[in-house]
Amino acid sequence: MEHYNMNLTLKVWKQKNCKTKGAFETYQVQNISSEMSFLEMFDILNERLIAEGKEPIAFDHDCREGICGTCSMFINGRAHGPWHQTTTCQLHMREYKDGDTIVVEPWRSHSFPVIKDLVVDRTAFDRIISAGGFISVNTGNAVDANAVLVPKDDADDSFAAASCIGCGACVAACPNASAMLFVSAKVSQLALLPQGRPEATTRALNMVKQMDQEGFGSCTNIGACEAECPKGISLENIARLNREYLGSVFTGKASS
Amino acid sequence: MALNSKIPNGSLEKKWTDYKSTCKLVNPSNKRQIEIIVVGTGLAGASAAAALGELGYKVKAFCYQDSPRRAHSIAAQGGINAAKNYQNDGDSTYRLFYDTIKGGDYRAREGNVYRLAEVSAAIIDQCVAQGVPFAREYGGVLSNRSFGGTQVQRTFYAAGQTGQQLLIGAYQALQRQVSLGTVTMYSRHEMLELVKIDGKARGIIARNLVTGELERHFGHAVLLCTGGYGNVFYLSTNAMGCNVTAAWKAHKQGAYFGNPCFTQIHPTCIPVSGDHQSKLTLMSESLRNDGRIWVSKVKADTRKPGDIPEEERDYYLERRYPAFGNLVPRDVASRAAKERCDAGYGVGASRQAVYLDFAFAINRYGKIEVHKQGLANADQGTIRKLGMEVVKEKYGNLFEMYEKITGEDPYQVPMRIYPAVHYTMGGLWVDYELATTVPNLYALGECNFSDHGANRLGASALMQGLADGYFVIPYTLGNAMADEIRNKPVPTDHPAFVEAEKLVQSRIDKLMGVNGTESVESFHKRLGKIMWDKCGMARNAEGLKEAITEIRALRQEFWNNVRIPGEVGEFNPELDKAGRVADFMELGELMCMDALNREESCGGHFREEYQTEEGEALRQDDKFMYVSAWEFKGESDFYMHKENLEYEVVHPSQRSYK
Amino acid sequence: MNWKQYFNTSIGKKLIMATTGIFLIVFLVVHCYINAQIFYNDGGTRFNEAAHFMGTNFVIRFVEIGLFGFLIWHMILGLALYNKNKSKRTAYAVNAGNKTSKWYSRSMALLGTLILLFLVIHLRNFWAPNRLSTLTGGEELPLYNMMKEQFQQAWLLAIYLLGVFSLAWHLLHGFYSAFQTFGLCNSRYKDMIRFIGVAFSIIVPIAFASMPIAFFLHLLN
Repeated sequence: MEHYNMNLTLKVWKQKNCKTKGAFETYQVQNISSEMSFLEMFDILNERLIAEGKEPIAFDHDCREGICGTCSMFINGRAHGPWHQTTTCQLHMREYKDGDTIVVEPWRSHSFPVIKDLVVDRTAFDRIISAGGFISVNTGNAVDANAVLVPKDDADDSFAAASCIGCGACVAACPNASAMLFVSAKVSQLALLPQGRPEATTRALNMVKQMDQEGFGSCTNIGACEAECPKGISLENIARLNREYLGSVFTGKASS
Repeated sequence: MALNSKIPNGSLEKKWTDYKSTCKLVNPSNKRQIEIIVVGTGLAGASAAAALGELGYKVKAFCYQDSPRRAHSIAAQGGINAAKNYQNDGDSTYRLFYDTIKGGDYRAREGNVYRLAEVSAAIIDQCVAQGVPFAREYGGVLSNRSFGGTQVQRTFYAAGQTGQQLLIGAYQALQRQVSLGTVTMYSRHEMLELVKIDGKARGIIARNLVTGELERHFGHAVLLCTGGYGNVFYLSTNAMGCNVTAAWKAHKQGAYFGNPCFTQIHPTCIPVSGDHQSKLTLMSESLRNDGRIWVSKVKADTRKPGDIPEEERDYYLERRYPAFGNLVPRDVASRAAKERCDAGYGVGASRQAVYLDFAFAINRYGKIEVHKQGLANADQGTIRKLGMEVVKEKYGNLFEMYEKITGEDPYQVPMRIYPAVHYTMGGLWVDYELATTVPNLYALGECNFSDHGANRLGASALMQGLADGYFVIPYTLGNAMADEIRNKPVPTDHPAFVEAEKLVQSRIDKLMGVNGTESVESFHKRLGKIMWDKCGMARNAEGLKEAITEIRALRQEFWNNVRIPGEVGEFNPELDKAGRVADFMELGELMCMDALNREESCGGHFREEYQTEEGEALRQDDKFMYVSAWEFKGESDFYMHKENLEYEVVHPSQRSYK
Repeated sequence: MNWKQYFNTSIGKKLIMATTGIFLIVFLVVHCYINAQIFYNDGGTRFNEAAHFMGTNFVIRFVEIGLFGFLIWHMILGLALYNKNKSKRTAYAVNAGNKTSKWYSRSMALLGTLILLFLVIHLRNFWAPNRLSTLTGGEELPLYNMMKEQFQQAWLLAIYLLGVFSLAWHLLHGFYSAFQTFGLCNSRYKDMIRFIGVAFSIIVPIAFASMPIAFFLHLLN
């Protein structure tokens, strides 16, 4: 792979806090190596801004290896940028060429208020998990791990759903700002395992209720969430959540 | 103060059982009156907060991330060990205990490690009950793999994302307690001071990272579950935010720091690509099961790897360690890579890398597939294609990650890897009850020093974090809290809180007041370079002494010339980072002092002066079979206490992988 | 939860959209079948018989009320959801456009509104005068001849084609989407449902479009 350097124009959303209005600011960055990650390019820019006595751009990031789900940039109209199934921190600069202009915005959803610049508040996701995204088992209550057999296919599907990193790209990408993919991934993960079946319906109902209360939009099966999910969470999970929900409508079992 | 590890009497197998049967208990109505602070929400913190909440304690949990689910336990790839012996291959509690002690190069306590092995099985049960989707066999039972060169298959895993799945399980248990009201969660909060009243830990001062406000929180006890301090090296596989601040504040308030120089360097990481590098990415150790590590026999060879003929390749691990080959423990593999690169045989543009080659595995698997499918006379292309499919099935996600980062396709060209700082075995000194030397202050998980000695085995960090949180602390904390039931919560306008908050405020004001010219990041990089060069994979007395002087000078410069933009009363990541780097600069010095003191090579600590003729680590059991527990006396002034390690069951021997 | 609560959540509302949508899809099949009688080219005899049955059968009359109810429900709820969803965020400066989703999936409200406008004209031309006539005690109107007459006007044909065109795209998303909402789009049925959905969205609108075109081109006597 040939390495090269590039100069870029960045248009980045700047917003002091959730109460003030934000606006784009334009920055020129020089000599960006194609080997850098997208966030390292921001590091370089921030270093320069600090040296110039200006305020750096605030953005969320932590593990920088695509698993913690903290990073969250909307890059040229794409949640986590253009690479398929890739978080912002794993996007690398060889995607761009000299002279490109890149527009960077925060996740936009009223349920994710902006804290500063590109940093948003995603605690709504935590509250949705609190509403039911768990199996009610106290420590020490467990039977032997192999006492209940789980078909491999179910375990694999459950794992696929569980690989959600809670980054919020689904909400960011959805024209309706819906959180259905996130909620359905958790509902699916637990509903697919025998350990999670006893409260599967209650879980689905409670999580959906909380999701609505948090003010997320409603799902209209557009599918942008699946296309932008860095972990490839499938829309089949939404179908499964709908199924769980519909089941409870018919049986009337499980109340909140 | 003399160190008392409080290991219960009796035989190894009975210590924990006896402890559990005889420790003091707190009745349910009293638990509701007792407030516990948990700092950090990784595996140890989340599991502890959840377990204590379930018991009925009033818990407050803190994390610096925006959600407890983001703690860096999430990045662990390989798996979690447990002595289940589901494979009937001879595993047992004793074997897991023995492997851990030996792997740790005989620098861990027998009692603690045995307990760890003992509760390991219950961890798997608990996680499965919580809905952790571990890998399974077609029959529906759990799948195991061998890991890090152990002779038994005791590692449970969920693809390459075991840490994520376990953490999410613990996080869900935690959020359940949040919904039940037993745990109050404070995310985007950082602990900046420990509050002590009458010598006991009684609360913390935390900073709300969104508003910048300082908050006072009371707790009958404080649990630090804040992870390791690998970021002192700037470049490490830790998350960007991982820091030592909470543990360091506790240390300065009287908690001893155990074995600070014991750091683990992981052999298979993606090498540094340039000065812009902000962090290093681990490639799972499982890759060494199939990849062969080599460099050219020619110094500074500029040929492409494919152009280097077989006879000019040096498979140095297989050459030096024929018995274990590419599967030698982490510390050995790392040092061997460094030795080759230092000698001028490194590969890639930076010359700080070695090849991890899958061509042989692809060929081998390809041949097996050809055989299976009955394709006689298959050409090389077919063999390669089938082999690649097998390798993809096993390591596909890792190969993809490698390609995203480097832009190179590891199916076609060998991976380039180099060791990187990964884990810190050292940490706050704790006794058998996980209590530090400050009464009512506990340390769990990577934050404490126990269990892993001088080198941690693969897939054992997750085990320790969850063991401490789910199964140890609920008992040991109760034992102490039984004496606290008469103590009412202290109002946070108590002078100790006021004083502590003032201290924090003045430190922040001081940082903001420097108004210099150099960024925090720049100082951090400079500190990291000193640490990596002189207190990294190989250390010597001269270098360590230089490092101490350099760190002191750097610290001075930092406090005179750091520039922190923005305001105190707002979301200000630069200020957060400045506080953390300031603490790293103090810790770095202590690490060098500890490394200088430990005149032997053991585990992750390699002193160049103490090696065998073949360049292997040379322990000095007669002089250094102890835990160094450092007490903070004042700036650059630490006093070392020794906790001698007594081996009643295991007989320390030289580790040999030849 | 009681019934009202069940259908008041975001998924509950989705279920209503899907149920009413499926009902409307069934209606399309019936409507298409009846109207296709014109292609017997028998001067409208069979068609008028069928229309007579539909216009006088008690059950059908009853279902018709339900049909209108569902149609209105589908419309009002659809537009309400559209408005509510729009209010969930401020717009991005740059959008992914068709890179991550289909334009028609994002434009269901627009397509639905176009269909609604078409429907108003369609009902005013045929259904309304006929019902008015029968309700006021008069005869059923000669629908076949009315069609023959009216579809000579090019502008009306254009409106019909636009209506049918909107319907096709609306169905392309709506058909699959309804089954997704009922939770049937798992890996086993997904591709099948998508195939049937696409086929339906092409065949039915083409059948509908062919009717005014046939009259316009004097292919039917």
